[in-house]
Amino acid sequence: MTPLLRFEKVTLSRGGRQLFEDLDLSLGAGEALQVIGPNGSGKSSLIRLAAGLLKADRGKVERAPPALADDNLALDRELPLGKALQFWGGDVGRAIEALGLEDLSAVPVRLLSSGQAKRAMLARAIASGSRLWLLDEPLNALDTASAERLNDAVADHLGGGGAVLAASHQPLGSGWRVMELGR
Amino acid sequence: MMGALIGRDVRRGFSGAAWLPIAFFLFVAALVPFAIGPDARLLGRIGPGILWIAALTAALLPVERLVEPDRADGVLDQLFLHGMAEETIALGKAIAHWLTFAPLLLVAAIPASALLAMDSASLAKIEVALLVGTPGLASLAVAIAAVTAGLPRAGSLAGLLLLPLAVPLLIFGASGSLPLEAAVSLLLTAGAPFVAGASIRALKT
Repeated sequence: MTPLLRFEKVTLSRGGRQLFEDLDLSLGAGEALQVIGPNGSGKSSLIRLAAGLLKADRGKVERAPPALADDNLALDRELPLGKALQFWGGDVGRAIEALGLEDLSAVPVRLLSSGQAKRAMLARAIASGSRLWLLDEPLNALDTASAERLNDAVADHLGGGGAVLAASHQPLGSGWRVMELGR
Repeated sequence: MMGALIGRDVRRGFSGAAWLPIAFFLFVAALVPFAIGPDARLLGRIGPGILWIAALTAALLPVERLVEPDRADGVLDQLFLHGMAEETIALGKAIAHWLTFAPLLLVAAIPASALLAMDSASLAKIEVALLVGTPGLASLAVAIAAVTAGLPRAGSLAGLLLLPLAVPLLIFGASGSLPLEAAVSLLLTAGAPFVAGASIRALKT
């Protein structure tokens, strides 16, 4: 079976500094990989590279169409959350339910707290229906209950043949393979 | 996705300050008789040129809102991940920009022509010239917005870049050489999405 994400001998430099060299990585259906490492070790760059938003200096990156949830909201601030999510399409209702955003779907995006905004970004990725999720610091600003909801959503996604690549300082739980950058 | 993007940009344009460039356009037209004096013959003669200058500056006003907010907020990244090529994004933005300012401008040209004592024949001529020229102007504005996105003081830089590039449009538009104006407008409309697309691609960091 072809993996959903594959790095082959990938080298990436940013700002004149080499972040990683000859990195190999393969993520198949049902697999979850957590990237850890100190600040500035290239976790976010790895996520953007996997999304195709950065080009590798050398090596090859192959991917299924991904869904990305990073630090950028990418939702129209003047719209209610439900409408703003709808712009990006997909199964918005299910995503809103998965992250417990039902009560907020009529609230304008600009009024969301940082934790609620993070949940909205994750909901956008969940709604997309992509098999490959790329999550950058998914637990930032999330409370315990929301983190559990995210865990359940990830478990569902993996059970349905999806794959997840996440960069996070915090432990994401059992079932995650861990890769350390910057050593 | 293209239709959704155009719809969104038009909605944002109108919910923002779409009337502001138009008000600016009318203000310029209203100020000229005060500056030149109420000589109807003189005003009627320079009217079309004044309207072109006003239209040019009005098209420039929203340039900072066209691309930069979407870059900063990750919307461009997400559009790319939804399978839109950068050139397609730029084309969608140009169409949406045209829809938000050109129809209003064509309407505003009617009271503006009265302020400048232009007769109905020269009003009809300038309406046609604006209709032909504004697609090129809108495309150029999007291209400049993409080139300057993310730079400090992008607004003033955008003005310096856009105005000289719009000069051919101004010359042929104001002098009434419709085929040449159409050619310039077509060239800008066709070329700008590629310039804007390449700039958006270069923004990815």
